[in-house]
Amino acid sequence: MSEPGTPIAVVTGMSAVTAIGVGLETYWANLLDGACGIRPLSRFDTTGYPTRLGAEVVDFDSRAVPGRLVVQTDRWTHFGLWAGEQALAHAGLDPAQLPGYALSVHTASSSGGNEFGQHEMQGLWSVGPQRVGAYQSIAWFYAATTGQLSIRHGMKGWCGVLVAEQAGGLDTCAQAQRALAQGSAVVLTGATEAPLAPAVLTCHIASRLVSTADDPQRAYLPFDEAANGFLPGEGGAMLVVEPADRARTRGAHRYGVIAGHAATFDPRPGSDRPPRLRHAVEQALDDADARPGDIDVVFADAHGSRPADQAEARALTEVFGRCGVPVTTTKAATGRLAAGSPALDVVTALLAMRDGVLPHVVNVHRPAVDLDLVLGAPRPARPRTALVLARGYAGFNSALVVRAPEPDPRHPGSTEQGTASSAQ
Amino acid sequence: MLAEKFTLSDLIEIMRARAGVAEGVRLDTAIGDTSFLELGYDSLAVLEIQARIAERVGVSMPDDAVSRMPTPNAAVEFVNQQLAQGR
Amino acid sequence: MSRAAVTGLGVVAPGGIGVKEYWELLTAGRTATRTITHFDPNGFRSRMAAECDFEPAHHGLSPQQIRRMDRCAQMAVVAAREALTDSGVLGEAPPERIGVSLGSAVGCTVSLEREYVVVSDGGARWEVDPGYGAPHLYHSLVPSSVAAEVAWVAEAEGPVTMVSTGCTSGLDAVGHGARLVADGQADVVVAGAADAPISPITVACFDAIKATSPSNDDPQHASRPFDLERNGFVLGEGAAVLVLESPEHAARRGARVYATIDGFANRCNAFHMTGLKPDGVEMAEAIRLALAEAGLPASAVDYVNAHGSGTKQNDRHETAAIKRALGPHAYDTCVSSIKSMVGHSLGAIGSLELAASVLAIHHDVVPPTANLHTPDPECDLDYVPLTAREKPVDVVLSVGSGFGGFQTAVVLRAPGEATGE
Repeated sequence: MSEPGTPIAVVTGMSAVTAIGVGLETYWANLLDGACGIRPLSRFDTTGYPTRLGAEVVDFDSRAVPGRLVVQTDRWTHFGLWAGEQALAHAGLDPAQLPGYALSVHTASSSGGNEFGQHEMQGLWSVGPQRVGAYQSIAWFYAATTGQLSIRHGMKGWCGVLVAEQAGGLDTCAQAQRALAQGSAVVLTGATEAPLAPAVLTCHIASRLVSTADDPQRAYLPFDEAANGFLPGEGGAMLVVEPADRARTRGAHRYGVIAGHAATFDPRPGSDRPPRLRHAVEQALDDADARPGDIDVVFADAHGSRPADQAEARALTEVFGRCGVPVTTTKAATGRLAAGSPALDVVTALLAMRDGVLPHVVNVHRPAVDLDLVLGAPRPARPRTALVLARGYAGFNSALVVRAPEPDPRHPGSTEQGTASSAQ
Repeated sequence: MLAEKFTLSDLIEIMRARAGVAEGVRLDTAIGDTSFLELGYDSLAVLEIQARIAERVGVSMPDDAVSRMPTPNAAVEFVNQQLAQGR
Repeated sequence: MSRAAVTGLGVVAPGGIGVKEYWELLTAGRTATRTITHFDPNGFRSRMAAECDFEPAHHGLSPQQIRRMDRCAQMAVVAAREALTDSGVLGEAPPERIGVSLGSAVGCTVSLEREYVVVSDGGARWEVDPGYGAPHLYHSLVPSSVAAEVAWVAEAEGPVTMVSTGCTSGLDAVGHGARLVADGQADVVVAGAADAPISPITVACFDAIKATSPSNDDPQHASRPFDLERNGFVLGEGAAVLVLESPEHAARRGARVYATIDGFANRCNAFHMTGLKPDGVEMAEAIRLALAEAGLPASAVDYVNAHGSGTKQNDRHETAAIKRALGPHAYDTCVSSIKSMVGHSLGAIGSLELAASVLAIHHDVVPPTANLHTPDPECDLDYVPLTAREKPVDVVLSVGSGFGGFQTAVVLRAPGEATGE
């Protein structure tokens, strides 16, 4: 990413849809307040389900999405359409004023339009083929959200979709950086998910990685002695990424820089070769031209199962030393959002830089790992560089480094420095 | 046999439920001669509406049905023709 | 883009498992479309597909692999193994320098639908019964498991991902893989795509929008790209995998290079999820950019491997795009659609088309457009009807269109010129 001629990718707009708040500032305030969005699932009757909790988004009104689009898209795309629009507005951009080929959208999805697809399958198998609607062909597949966002905002540049479960949420941010290198002026990127319909939850349950606890405060405890699996959640985040020069010229607020990325893959199960998360971290640091000591906070993958938590702690210790860097996660509060979480974590890292505070891991009190976890309450800090981690089911690893924005060389002491000091 | 007559209100109900309503559009009986396109319904929407009509009234729709129902009134008329033929 | 060399090919296609069988089918102009046998298609509008006669156990997959993997993953793995063997790259690069970029439009739908039917007891209940969930259900839910399976076969520990841009997935995944090589993120990328969409839900969803051909009485001649009588596409399935290497890496180990990928560009029409404007402007722009990246003029294109799905709209759109991008040369070059023979396997087809493009360069033969008997005045290019054509093929342009508005162009080139030697 530091190749000569490659534009510096800055984030100028952000949005969030989560179980602890819909909208960027609501989410952030509730996260710092220690809110937990894990609750009994309300969208269907979970009697007989070993997992009855999840981080459902209850405050989202689908009327926020244009009526013609609501019917032809799944809930996951509703979130994406809304979050995309919010992020563009947050960046102060009107895409209609920009040439279409300069606009790109890159999203990640891990399981597509689950609820919509189940509905159509039910029609097919209980009634017949004639019951399958015209919109199944465009609502269920993984590219639905990117396609709809492209159409809605006239984005005709290079657009794409990556699927790598959690890891896709970071890989897509790296795609945004590539799109800028290919000449895009504005890239909408990120991911949203909605995996809480009966059939998709059944798939999660089959993995045996999902928590079956009944107490919402004790159900998803990453890094805790009592860790017993994760809980899926709904939502995610969208970001607007632009070349630094362009953002500066138009006077946009720059929340941070996408500084480095790397993706690796674990050896096949049963191999005696080591897992590869550590190498993703090291390569991402290299890519960002950063040393371990430069990292002020890590947003962990925080799987919530003992072996996965231990493996992540080991990788972090190998790179940063014992308790060498503050580590936190949003997932205990928002649930595990597949590709949505890493995108949300990038947003959260930039908010942490803006406001000089590290959000804490809710509900975790007895860590089983030797990490400097941010527990109990938000921790005042002045993070300038953050590392976000994501692991995808079956061995995907992704690491992304984000930095506080560079001061404007022409206007030293401009906006971002002012923001940092005012937050102390 | 009255129950087998398909009305504009029946159609509007299907449009609202299955194809949604575009911003700035009011679905009332005054829309009968406005084209589906002008009402914000593209070819996919009309296919969806047509499939739900077929299900509701129990007629099969020919492949060119979409091109034969450019407006809601034309759709109602076409469906009633199909119904009459099917009897 | 600095170039990526294609050093290995593997194919699972309707009418032939393996590159040799595939190329024989294509050059013979034989069609592999038939009445659906995977399930009882009675009651569906379109009852045809280009099915693979694919028995995973015959291709070296173990019982546990077969149980765990969706058909789409099984095909991807078999194609990947053939490509890896063909390239001889295994053991020649450290695992951390090997990546995977795999495309799929609809992932593991066959398994998901099969298991849905069980947990819902035939669609009887919205609140399905998780007690009936198969143990590997999650493997099917996340299609990235297909990329993971390929990574395990390729011993890849570098960047691994799945690209899912609908029906351009197979082009975009290989393009992405070529960029990973060009960016130096990997020396070797196992790139390709797989889809196995011949299941009731997918057939029904294309029925609902009347995108597939209803010519059920004559399945072998139902896929008719560019023909006046065309009336929709015929669904297909399959996988194709290309081993991509940096030219330096390929040269260092003395690998045979089939072709190089010199240009890749994607544009979106931002118009409609399924519809295409007749002018083809955005596809033309993707073609223009891909040629520019390859440093080639339009006049260099020897063969256009078309999307040619056989829908009224697509073939008109694509013809306009080719004319817009290539100018008068559009009439001098030749264009063909292998979908006339192997159907439209959604995300997989782009990689199958790239494999055909590579083979066209390798053999100096252009595969034909089968079933093209009655020219459409609106589609007036040289579509190589019915019979394969021997001619020097140094530069191939492969294009695709996908639901969501994606328009992709890839430029491939014969190896001698690409290495600059």
